[in-house]
Amino acid sequence: MDASRLATEMLCATEQEAAYEKALHKEIRNKWKRTAKGWLLLAPSLVFLSIFTIYPIMKSIISSFYIDNLAVMEPVFAGLKNYTAVFQDKVFWECFFNNLLIAVVTVPCSIGFAVAMALFANHVKKGKAIVRLGFTYPTFIPLVAAANIWMFIYTPIYGLLGYINPEWRFLADGKTAIWALIVMLIWKQAGYIMLFYVTGLHGISRELFEAARIDGASSVQIFSRITWPMLKPTTIYVLIITLTNAYKMVDHLYIMTKGGPGNATNVLLFYIYQTGFDYWDTGKASAMTVLLVALLLIVTSVCFFVQDKKAYYND
Amino acid sequence: MYIRQTAAIPAYDNRRKRIHVEWGTLLIYVVMLSLLMICMIPLIWVIRTAFIPKELALDLTAVAAPVLDNFKRVMAAAPFDKYYGNTIFIVLGVLLVQFVLITLAGYAFARIDFYGSKALFVLFLSQMMIAPEVLILPNYSMIAKWGLTDTRIGIMLPFFASAMGTMIVRQTIKTIPYELEEAAKADGANLFQILWKIYVPLLKPAYISFGMISASFQWNNFLWPLVMTDSVEKRPLSLGLAMFAMSYETGAQWSDVSAATVLVCAPLLLLFFVFQRQFMESFMHSGIK
Repeated sequence: MDASRLATEMLCATEQEAAYEKALHKEIRNKWKRTAKGWLLLAPSLVFLSIFTIYPIMKSIISSFYIDNLAVMEPVFAGLKNYTAVFQDKVFWECFFNNLLIAVVTVPCSIGFAVAMALFANHVKKGKAIVRLGFTYPTFIPLVAAANIWMFIYTPIYGLLGYINPEWRFLADGKTAIWALIVMLIWKQAGYIMLFYVTGLHGISRELFEAARIDGASSVQIFSRITWPMLKPTTIYVLIITLTNAYKMVDHLYIMTKGGPGNATNVLLFYIYQTGFDYWDTGKASAMTVLLVALLLIVTSVCFFVQDKKAYYND
Repeated sequence: MYIRQTAAIPAYDNRRKRIHVEWGTLLIYVVMLSLLMICMIPLIWVIRTAFIPKELALDLTAVAAPVLDNFKRVMAAAPFDKYYGNTIFIVLGVLLVQFVLITLAGYAFARIDFYGSKALFVLFLSQMMIAPEVLILPNYSMIAKWGLTDTRIGIMLPFFASAMGTMIVRQTIKTIPYELEEAAKADGANLFQILWKIYVPLLKPAYISFGMISASFQWNNFLWPLVMTDSVEKRPLSLGLAMFAMSYETGAQWSDVSAATVLVCAPLLLLFFVFQRQFMESFMHSGIK
């Protein structure tokens, strides 16, 4: 009796196992089906992504090993010569440190202003639209146009600041020029960052604030214990935007300083542009492109992985 | 919590606390409104210079009825109508392709669990970190090889795939209940019907907010069109404006440069001013956070 029951049970078990295995196979087959579907849907984006992001990176890496400038007819393999040339180039280091300064100053300042603006825009009862518009409009102005406008502000004597002190020559002085540009960059991008914080604030549940207020928390406590921690996903995203922007915003240089005086305001991307399209030194410009890409990848990866891994993208 | 609230707190303390908070609020208002003013000054200044008669431009206190003389001179001096056409063509073209691509890709990342999805996701993120404009040199030589320099399509090509747009669509789709899709599936709808009938209408906030960001990016893009174009006829607005401003000695033609600047900035600013509420709401309801 027992033996037969055991036998049926075993039979059942194997049947179950078989059914399970069948389901698993089906699942795997389904997953392959889904994989085909997923890749198919991504294919158009992938094509453009590969052609205009992945392939150019490879190409830069390859051409960074070749001497390719006006002195040679055909690219000549040169090993690491371009890189040693770049590292010995004083201008490269000037650009590198200018970029670093821009990043170190504009990132925290833009974020700080943006958070303050977003909190204020959320707080005001009347004229919300004006506050938002007043802070965000620089986002929708081309950087070259912004450069034109700020030229009117910075130009000595006739400029807007010239009315305060005609002797100020912020853009002509190697020490102050980069700071003058940094002020403009913060003005340009803080409003954009504010948009993300307004959205981030919108996502925090009201009950949290009310509970805190009932418990008698001060505004400072509410900000530091609730608002700021809850905004962390936004901040990570914004950090990536501002950090990469610090290396990508170059259009204004074309109008305002051309990287000068000397190279006091020059930055890597603009120097790559000059090296590639003014001096036609493709090899060296490629080496610098590779270095800039590496720099951007390192900086942004650090943002992703040092910060809370659970936030936003890894859900 | 309630005990503390109902406990007899001296009324005096309460009042003092309120007054204290109001001083803080006042200070914050003063600081933030000054900041607002400072942010607005460049705009006010350029609009004033653009509309005031040229001979009064340098007189800070001058008041005059707005005139369009500066704009007339600018339109006569450079083909801004052509620049407008080019920019609008580029913006709309890029947006159209982007919307299709980000919908497909965003859906795949949001709803399909497939082999390689993690790796592809990282690949997409890397585009967000690097961006085509950094790769200006290799992209230029590639497009030059195809003979597409000095064409509008050459300016547009590198921006068709958008990692940022894909992420926004992905996040927005994740907030849409899956049951909608299942119900449609039960009714026998295929994937493209599901996308078109269910997701596309619900993705409207994502399209609006990404569209505004992407449009302003293309409208403002400068360095790439600068290396791509040789002829005046192919220039977009941003480049046309830069060339126009550069053709003058500093300070000599401020009225003209201001008018040109206003001309270039006005459409996007007006669009944003008029649709500010919709834009902000879309921004909040799309997956951006």
